[in-house]
Amino acid sequence: MPRRRRLRKVVAPPIFSGYKPYGTNCESDETIELLYEEYEALKLADYDHMNHQDASELMGVSRPTFARIYKSARIKIARALVEAKVIRMVYGNAWMDKKWFICNDCHSRFTIPKSVSKKSCPICGSENKETLKNQNN
Amino acid sequence: MMTVITSSGNNKNSLFDKRFGRTAWFCLYDEETKKTTFIENTDNETSNGAGTKAAEKMVELKVEKVISGDFGPKAKDLLDKFNIQMVIIQDDGIKVKDILEKLKQ
Repeated sequence: MPRRRRLRKVVAPPIFSGYKPYGTNCESDETIELLYEEYEALKLADYDHMNHQDASELMGVSRPTFARIYKSARIKIARALVEAKVIRMVYGNAWMDKKWFICNDCHSRFTIPKSVSKKSCPICGSENKETLKNQNN
Repeated sequence: MMTVITSSGNNKNSLFDKRFGRTAWFCLYDEETKKTTFIENTDNETSNGAGTKAAEKMVELKVEKVISGDFGPKAKDLLDKFNIQMVIIQDDGIKVKDILEKLKQ
């Protein structure tokens, strides 16, 4: 059994659900599935001009893993462009960091769903929490 | 309020299981009565969809908080949808009773 994939942190999910070529005469049903973390990797490296080390820390993965995600994103997008394929955004192994919090006292991570009124840490009750967005390591 | 802690055995001295879908037992803790009950996870051997089944069970049991070491993407989506709070603890070698004590404080 392979080692399980750690979740990759996505700060800003894409604001679209896919891309479609136009003016092509070969209609194909095949779509290319671009994962959220691949979009995020491409955005961090090529849009935000971050180096791989900083970007990997932001996503919570190692630098080689980041490079693999980034490479896979580039290959997929290149293939979609050349073969005029539809790109579809797929959730993948990502998690949105806005929903997750980390407690600075007991280091547990947790979500706060809408139904919960208490905003303190569910384990130790500490108010000393922050969203994982600010925690870059 | 009901809380579930994933456990590797059926008593409070057993180790906290860091997996959610494939945990051996669920420790059900009622915050009002302070009682704990242990439920065996019957779906931990299935080849796929263990996380989904476990998440469905959480919804059936009307749990509001789940404490585990990690949640798979499918389980995460489901628990999110039903507004169940997820808590991740990644300390090694802690026991179910340690977590219960922290919760009671």
